[in-house]
Amino acid sequence: MVHWLFAVGILFVGLCLFAEALAGREVWHMRRWRKYLWPGLTFVLGVFLWPVMAFFTNSAIHMYAHGSWADALMLAGAAELGLVHGRLKSPLWRFTWPLAFLVTGTAFIVHEQNPWFFARSAFLHHLIGWTFIIGALAPLALAFRPRSAAFQAAFAAVIVVVSIQLFSDRDVAPIFGHLSPLAGQQHR
Amino acid sequence: MNTTFVTEAAQQHDIRAHAISLLGPLVSAAGLVWAILQPDRITLLHPRGQGFWWLAVEPPLYVVVAGIVFTLVVARPLLADLERHRATTG
Repeated sequence: MVHWLFAVGILFVGLCLFAEALAGREVWHMRRWRKYLWPGLTFVLGVFLWPVMAFFTNSAIHMYAHGSWADALMLAGAAELGLVHGRLKSPLWRFTWPLAFLVTGTAFIVHEQNPWFFARSAFLHHLIGWTFIIGALAPLALAFRPRSAAFQAAFAAVIVVVSIQLFSDRDVAPIFGHLSPLAGQQHR
Repeated sequence: MNTTFVTEAAQQHDIRAHAISLLGPLVSAAGLVWAILQPDRITLLHPRGQGFWWLAVEPPLYVVVAGIVFTLVVARPLLADLERHRATTG
């Protein structure tokens, strides 16, 4: 259920990124509030991952994973806020996004200890992890070519794909007909 | 200025404007399709026995709302700015 709430926020960030890629950075920055919109939302999502870590995790490895996502999202969001505000000048700050993707992807894969076809959530953890790791190429390319609409659209596409994957998550459900008896009764 | 270039730029601008205006409605439509395909996901339709969180979190409706909010809050002002930018830059 928490995954779905985050999926909505991530979907909105993805839509903003698509819109910025289509309109161009110059037009996107014509309104002051808009240039802070998706970096700010990213930062807020990172902040909200802390209560998820505290209240919705049931093992140390889950806590480490959610804590590292919180750190990575807050860092990437804050760096982007600093860049759009003009407070941060170094283009090296753009590498916080690929870093956040790599940290997130690795955390997803490492903290899922069941194999791909154990249950739907296990499958999605592996899939989202690899999506982030391979998708890190998009923000990495964007760090080198920050004005490229194609790379920004690719970045947005990765974010939207992750949100769809999060919307597909269920408590206990089969994946392509597979559900390990160890996963428990199917529900939600 | 070469009129061919002006026409091409205007066409590209129109395509981008159309794409931006379609983003929100497409997302809302996707949420609506999801709601129709999986009505059990909307616990408000069968609220008996559901806890607070299952009633509060309605993913297909959230997708619909995300599309509507994006259209009203982001896409419309952005399209106005795109038009303004086009008018000032020619």
